[in-house]
Amino acid sequence: MGPLPSASDGLARHAHDPDVGGHFGRFGGRYMPEALIAAVDEVAAEYEKARQDPEFLDELDRLQRDYAGRPSPVTEARRLSEHAGGATILLKREDLNHTGSHKINNVLGQALLTVRMGKTRVIAETGAGQHGVATATAAALLGLECVVYMGEVDTERQALNVARMRLLGAEVIPVTTGSRTLKDALNEAYRDWVSSVGHTHYVLGTAAGPHPFPMMVRDFHRVIGLEARAQVLASHGRLPDAVLACVGGGSNAIGIFHPFLDDEGVRLVGCEAAGDGVDTGRHAASITGGSPGALHGALTYVLQDEDGQTVESHSISAGLDYPGVGPEHSYLAEIGRAEYVPVTDTEAMEAFRLLCRTEGIIPAIETAHAIAGALRLGRELGPDATLLVNLSGRGDKDVETAARWFEVVDPAALPTTEPVPDDAAAGEREL
Amino acid sequence: MSTGAGARTGLTVLDEVFTTARAEGRAALIGYLPTGYPTVAGSKGLLAQTLDAGADLLEVGLPYSDPVLDGPVIQHAVETALRGGVRTRDTLEVIESIAARGGRAVVMTYWNPVLHYGVEAFARDLAAAGGLGIITPDLVPDEAGDWLDAADRYGLGRTFLVAPSSTEQRIASTTAATSGFVYAASTMGVTGARDAVSDTAPALVARTRAHTDLPIGVGLGVRSGAQAGEVAQFADGVIVGSALVSAAEHGRAAVARLTTELAAGVRGNHTGR
Repeated sequence: MGPLPSASDGLARHAHDPDVGGHFGRFGGRYMPEALIAAVDEVAAEYEKARQDPEFLDELDRLQRDYAGRPSPVTEARRLSEHAGGATILLKREDLNHTGSHKINNVLGQALLTVRMGKTRVIAETGAGQHGVATATAAALLGLECVVYMGEVDTERQALNVARMRLLGAEVIPVTTGSRTLKDALNEAYRDWVSSVGHTHYVLGTAAGPHPFPMMVRDFHRVIGLEARAQVLASHGRLPDAVLACVGGGSNAIGIFHPFLDDEGVRLVGCEAAGDGVDTGRHAASITGGSPGALHGALTYVLQDEDGQTVESHSISAGLDYPGVGPEHSYLAEIGRAEYVPVTDTEAMEAFRLLCRTEGIIPAIETAHAIAGALRLGRELGPDATLLVNLSGRGDKDVETAARWFEVVDPAALPTTEPVPDDAAAGEREL
Repeated sequence: MSTGAGARTGLTVLDEVFTTARAEGRAALIGYLPTGYPTVAGSKGLLAQTLDAGADLLEVGLPYSDPVLDGPVIQHAVETALRGGVRTRDTLEVIESIAARGGRAVVMTYWNPVLHYGVEAFARDLAAAGGLGIITPDLVPDEAGDWLDAADRYGLGRTFLVAPSSTEQRIASTTAATSGFVYAASTMGVTGARDAVSDTAPALVARTRAHTDLPIGVGLGVRSGAQAGEVAQFADGVIVGSALVSAAEHGRAAVARLTTELAAGVRGNHTGR
């Protein structure tokens, strides 16, 4: 097998780029304050230069290889297959990247871009904490100041990642407004950016928000699909029948889907978080259960009430607990190129348990939604099917949640979910 | 269509607000309060008080769940309003109540509630309620095609924002799409009262004047009569939001007091400079 595609190959221009205003069909664009237009224009212009600059591309490839550990392998899940109708299940192992998820692909790209723009501070929003950890990591590596906004609810259910970010030198600010989850962390990050844009880059963590973020974040993640496509062709001599990934904002999904867009026979299946079930109203399945609206900078599918107020999302997985989705997913859903299916908390946790026990891999709960989708599709398609699943992250951060769910330890032995103290208090202890 | 020859449209009335103030050699006072804070009836009363105490134009805020351009004071007020069950139609009702007592009002709204209501339908119902236009903090003309058409059809003012970070090219295209008045966001930051008027405001107004003859309102950070007087020296409208909302926490008398002080400020009669 020849050399695999590199991260920089993901940045090449192609036929699926949005229009100049960042529209994918009617979705995307820029629904945002004028005060930030200059900033996103600057990011867009700098990204256009960077994606054609051999020096930038070489540096990105070097970091992805020597620092993040790319390429990530593809693992055939032979024992899991027995639970999926005998279908061949191939796992793209983004969990093996440095920091434990696909998120590093995007943050290394954006951190390099920050340095290129001459800015010295990065801010980020985070749900599960994976993007926050990845941003804090890249900031430490490149010597940038880093502030991460995280919903207070999430700082409680992902306390370990709060600690990781602080160990890496980032300031973590618990957000106490609104539903105190990912959507509110995004609001706070925007508010920070409006007043700090002169020296600050907002490292948006998913393929959502205003143009150029959906395109740029996607491009930094396209390496997932580029590698996987070549790896599966080399090892199995064919393309998969379907590619599956979990979808919150949808960055890991768009990264693995994109290089398969022109492979018409390959089904693209996004697994949305259905929480207690889409019909209960307590879910985070924006495409399955939402409608088009403008949120956080883009026109996209949104969970909203009859007045267009954003509805609180619900999912056991903090990383999928978001009432919107990247605009390109909305477009792919509308034109029918990708399908989006709901996976409940219970289904996801059952898939989580199966993957642990059959393959010795503890996945992130986000990722378990994709595994659940693959189990379902495998049972439907049978033993001739080959399914490629993006194993987007590892589950170390979720061990406590899973331990409670499965009652595998005495609850008294688990930490209580006390609010995480703010950084002022943490600072006194000289972290 | 309401824009036939001779018809008085919302936009015509909006223009008069500024020509009248200009004729009196002063800036117009524009006061913001959100619908539903503390209740829908309560907000009607507070807005009426603001009007009676000397505001030339009211900005009625349509509460939205994700107000990314607002600071803590307005966030708190709209969260209170939403928890109280405020609906989009309540804002139209508030507008109607202001128009009924001869007041002039525009709506200030994030775009998704309007998108969801239907841009055409909202413009129609706002005009029917006697509203004069919409200020759109998170809609730029680039994405506003439907609204540009609907505003023309119903004779409504389209107030887009310019910011200190706006390029000359963007100021030109934004003001070209604007009617009624331009909103100059004086600082790079969220809404909220500030101790000093931003020194970027006069420069932004000057840059904007180079591209348009429209009146220019300056907002973000004004909280006292003295500050209003300062802004009135270079702007056509002084916009006060968070300070009024803070006053609203203390009731109608506090709102009246502040409005009176601000109204004196825009007339150059403020004290304690």
